[in-house]
Amino acid sequence: MTQAESIVEIDIEPAGTPTVPGGTTARKNTPWWLWAAAIAVLAPVAIPVLFLFARAFEATDAAWDTLWSFRTLRLIGRSFALTALVTMSATVIGVGGAWILARTDIAFARVWGVLFALPLVVPSYVLALAFVSATGPRGLIADVTGFATPHLIGLPGAWLALTIATYPYVYLITAAAITKIDPALEEAARSLGASPTRVFRTVILPQLRPSVGAGALLAALYTLSDFGAVSLMRFDAFTRVIYAQYSGRLDRTPAIVLSIVLILIAGVFIWGEQRTQGKGSYFTRSAMRPPSRYHLDTVQRIGATTALGVAVGIGVVLPVAVLVSWLVRGTASGADIFIPWRAIRGSLTAGSIAAVLAMVGAVPIVILTVRFASKKTRWIERGVFTMFSLPHITIAIAVIAFTIRYATPVYQSIVVLGLVYASMFLAQATSAAKASLLQVNPALEDASRSLGKGPIATYFRVTFPLMAKGLLAGGALVFVTTLKELPATLLLSPPGFTTLAVRIWSAADEGLFARAAASSLILIGVSILPVYYLSIRSKDSLGV
Amino acid sequence: MKRLIALGLAAVLVAAACTSTNGDGGSITLYSGRSEDLVQPLIDQFSESTGITVTVKYAGSADLAATITEEGNSSPADVFFAQDPASLGTVALAGLFDELTDDVLSRVPSRFSDTNGAWVGISGRARVVVFDSSVVDPSAIPATEDGFTDPSWEGQVGIAPTNGSFLSFVAAKILTDGEQATLAWLEGMAANNSPKYPKNSPIVAAVNDGQIPVGLVNHYYLLRALAENPELPGDNHFFEVATAGGLVMPAGAGILKSSDSKDAAQEFVEFLLSEQAQEFFAQETFEYPLVPGIAANDLLPPIDTIETPDIDLSDLASVLDTATDLVARAGLL
Repeated sequence: MTQAESIVEIDIEPAGTPTVPGGTTARKNTPWWLWAAAIAVLAPVAIPVLFLFARAFEATDAAWDTLWSFRTLRLIGRSFALTALVTMSATVIGVGGAWILARTDIAFARVWGVLFALPLVVPSYVLALAFVSATGPRGLIADVTGFATPHLIGLPGAWLALTIATYPYVYLITAAAITKIDPALEEAARSLGASPTRVFRTVILPQLRPSVGAGALLAALYTLSDFGAVSLMRFDAFTRVIYAQYSGRLDRTPAIVLSIVLILIAGVFIWGEQRTQGKGSYFTRSAMRPPSRYHLDTVQRIGATTALGVAVGIGVVLPVAVLVSWLVRGTASGADIFIPWRAIRGSLTAGSIAAVLAMVGAVPIVILTVRFASKKTRWIERGVFTMFSLPHITIAIAVIAFTIRYATPVYQSIVVLGLVYASMFLAQATSAAKASLLQVNPALEDASRSLGKGPIATYFRVTFPLMAKGLLAGGALVFVTTLKELPATLLLSPPGFTTLAVRIWSAADEGLFARAAASSLILIGVSILPVYYLSIRSKDSLGV
Repeated sequence: MKRLIALGLAAVLVAAACTSTNGDGGSITLYSGRSEDLVQPLIDQFSESTGITVTVKYAGSADLAATITEEGNSSPADVFFAQDPASLGTVALAGLFDELTDDVLSRVPSRFSDTNGAWVGISGRARVVVFDSSVVDPSAIPATEDGFTDPSWEGQVGIAPTNGSFLSFVAAKILTDGEQATLAWLEGMAANNSPKYPKNSPIVAAVNDGQIPVGLVNHYYLLRALAENPELPGDNHFFEVATAGGLVMPAGAGILKSSDSKDAAQEFVEFLLSEQAQEFFAQETFEYPLVPGIAANDLLPPIDTIETPDIDLSDLASVLDTATDLVARAGLL
């Protein structure tokens, strides 16, 4: 980062260095190869999905009956409501946590930073399973404390489980951006007498909008496409119907038609996020220095620590306690527990391939949508987010149908599986990278061009290093999300290939909770390193 | 960044090395809808004794059936080992199974196999009522599943309407009672606000946790839970009259027409019917062995004593779509 910071300190005024008539890079013609690269990134999954949808146009009557039934419409309403609730709570918790951890002098910020992000690595079905078994008169909480909590099911259960599963997206992306805000504006506002809350609302929040928006959209689309948590919480969501239609019929068109409806719902959230995107710039034009940390008084310190403690308690301590209790109980009664080495290797392989492919794929998309933003590039973004919101089983079926016909040699190969992961989770990589590129002043690229470097050399020498941290954060997000993925892994993996998520599913499905717990704990353990990296990088840019 | 890419490439190489297989006695690819936790030990025994390498793809039975129909004649699979007759029937209806030899088919009572010999039953799974013995007196349980639509059972009977076993039971009910009666039953269960679960194991867990008094499930989940924790209050009730709610559904296997290792595939299916494998199903997975002469687990009533409806299991797949439609129409999806 020292290199990048020294570049920032050159202090270039954009207005003073136009390289072409008309000013900064944003107004130049978009290079055709950037478009070609962006489309090539979307193609491997978009084409099979479109191919599948084309087949659904021969839809049977059953498909349309299902679609137009009153119940389906009600389920759409329920999914919509759940998604809105989760997005709101995840945003509040994520932004609040980012603020406390990055901008106050709370004690042990680094440890809290890792713990607060950790729910990200727990699969939402494991979270839901843990919540279900911890609550109620015979649950773990009642066992330990003697105080019986009500059963956590239905809307409250799904809301809680998915809020816990998704707030880390908002937190991580916001925390990365919050430390790069120019403190000058904030100091000016405070010197003019604005209260800290007012400064946060009117100065900080508007500057964080792209990051908070990106995180909130990821949270919303994750919730919309989630199946594991809603089904275990017995909340009637739209995805339940889609999965039920897939598994309960020989005729798959109803499920495919319903998937198209889900895309339309996702479209509403994607459109909403894009609508609120300002046209403002988020980079600093002056010397960059780290913002100061607010001093918390005793009451604030206790409040902030309690807030973090509650989130970590529900999202990390409780699930881990439940998993450990299963493991202990199972081992005590002689359950056969072993370390699933093959699954660990499979998970690491899948996660690494997906992360690398997603980072490579994110580069052209982010440059195109940030530096050459236009109505047309918004369609690329919509495509990226749509892939994130599709039920994984729909993608898997589309890819099976397409590859078996047109790409038989790579059918069920690790290459295709990696491409599918990378495409499904590309939105996470682009969101993280986009937030960091938005904070890079394009004048730096113009300076490079004016000093005789070509566009590609400029991207390699100037743009990449400046957005590298965001890109790596995106890669880490893709890595941990891939580790949790199940439906596409099951259907697209080569025979003989297995992952920890598959092991958890297999064991839990057979009621072998001790084994499921062992694999879950290993999964959490394996994911800690990338999360540690994700939460540390927002601190070192502070120079702490 | 460079280090990460190097790491990724290394991982690819490791994966490539792991997926290459070499066995002395040939090799087969198995699509297994039965989970790794249950059947992998058995498959290892087979490979050890025959030298045949078995590469397994594990996933849900219905998903694998759909995958095989999509793959058609290019399927990499040699054998499909599924949890339920509906998934096997899906592949049989698509005409992708080879006919099994009489020698294989004759080892199992014919009511547990496909009429045309496309697949053979391997182990039996009975539909039962799981109940919390600390709050429910078994004599209060109705004679058939029809009694659970009575308002006195409101909110008490856990069901898994999207689960393959439940759908197989609904399909069986269509065959025994007709579409109208089946729809009426499903609507009755919906009107009774029967709590819905994604699958069997959470129902058994909910009964053991005291969240619901009874649930409609397959028999073996409770036995596995008891093996981990014998203190649990759950118990199984088998209906005493022949009804779809007491259906015995075989898990079964078939050999794909497109297989290029049919001899090894045949050897594998025969192994699943061997005494060694049948004992394994009886003692390790708590299922019913289907080969006569091999006893079920002591905790279970003998299979001959279970009343089961007189239907042709080969017909289940053809009414599966109807079953799902009825479940949806009743508002249970």
